[in-house]
Amino acid sequence: MGFDEFARAFLNYDSLVVAAPLLMQGALVSLLLIVSIVPAALALGVVVAVAYDLGGPWRRRAIIVYIDFLRAFPPLVLLILIYSCLPFLGIRLSEFATVVVALVANGSAFFGEIVRAGIESVGRGQREAARSTGIGQVGTMVFVVLPQALRNVVPPLASNMVELAKATSFAAVVAMPDLLRNARTAQDIVYNPTPLMAAAVIYLAVFWPAVRLLSRLEQRMVLARR
Amino acid sequence: MDRLLHYYFNLDYMAKSFPALLGGLGVTVEIAAWTIVGGLTLGLSLALLRAFRFAPLNVLIVCFVDVFRAIPPLVVIFLFYFALPYAGVNLDPFWCATLTLILNLAAVSEEIFWAGIVSVHPGQWEAGRSTGLPFGLTLLFVILPQAVRLVIPPLTNKTISITKMTALASVVAVPELLNQASTEQGIYANPTPLMLAALMFLALFLPLVLASRWVERRFGWER
Repeated sequence: MGFDEFARAFLNYDSLVVAAPLLMQGALVSLLLIVSIVPAALALGVVVAVAYDLGGPWRRRAIIVYIDFLRAFPPLVLLILIYSCLPFLGIRLSEFATVVVALVANGSAFFGEIVRAGIESVGRGQREAARSTGIGQVGTMVFVVLPQALRNVVPPLASNMVELAKATSFAAVVAMPDLLRNARTAQDIVYNPTPLMAAAVIYLAVFWPAVRLLSRLEQRMVLARR
Repeated sequence: MDRLLHYYFNLDYMAKSFPALLGGLGVTVEIAAWTIVGGLTLGLSLALLRAFRFAPLNVLIVCFVDVFRAIPPLVVIFLFYFALPYAGVNLDPFWCATLTLILNLAAVSEEIFWAGIVSVHPGQWEAGRSTGLPFGLTLLFVILPQAVRLVIPPLTNKTISITKMTALASVVAVPELLNQASTEQGIYANPTPLMLAALMFLALFLPLVLASRWVERRFGWER
């Protein structure tokens, strides 16, 4: 196969023009998924970690079970499970809501575990100092412990945010018209893989800077451990 | 309650779908095994090559790593499955998915191994070389063991999370566990097979998650 033939299939300008509106709509849906899922999962993760820290032994055990079960489930399995099982209970969620619920649950377990480790890394003295100045238990957590805890776990948090954002592409599997799904739809219109290539390039353009930044953060974390 | 049992834990359907699901579990384990062995071997080899600091090669390695870390694996599977045939390459669905996961884990683990290698104190290099060991042997026997020790926790975590993506193979009709469960669910119009598959996934991955907890305690980040 010559280059001309390759270019006509994979880098076809006319096909790109036809696919562009679909790709744009899809990218918008993907973006909407990312901004709904990542912050919500992070917030829920912090809540889980704080609940663990302030809880008694039974609550702690329950939270560890929550975290480990959700970490053991592949996110796609969780998504399909919610998507196919809830209707039998008479509960109908939109595709969008299904994806958000599945990925927020999955993400919250990972964030919860990371933040929990962060909270444990803050020395006891910090709490004692805060409590002895008269700040309440919740105030101590929010204003003294959490800021230091989160700072200590920035690299794994950032890495999981990127992973979760990438996982929004699973939405294509439950017929959400996201970037990946629309690229496939466009492929069936133009009969060549140019739209799929374009989608891959868009994903690459969005996530490459994030991945570069992560490499630096992770490098610093390993160095600190030496 | 009866309705709940009928729909979700129907023993009759459970028994009927069990053989198909077990076959699916086998395929899942097969993909996972290929991913771990292939991905880690390739990742380690690339990290070692990168240590020779041959600039043109390193640019290629970094590009490979960044591309496979940045593009979501499901997009890569789609590229292999739906786009490669236009270039005259027809991969079996099983290999579309498995190759994607191998390349993904190779990229991620290369980055982690490399972080470990450059984190070993430069004095270790000098010590190795000054005892007369050549560059390659210093790398293999002095630097690498220390580097691997440094990065065991992130390496375990990432390996597990990429291995869990075996379920993505179901999207291109590889008859692994999730795919079989969906098919069985279609046959019986009942989600019991999916629940059973979920339990099987748990049985497969929960021990790994617990093991990663142990690894983190054992080799944990110093605080």
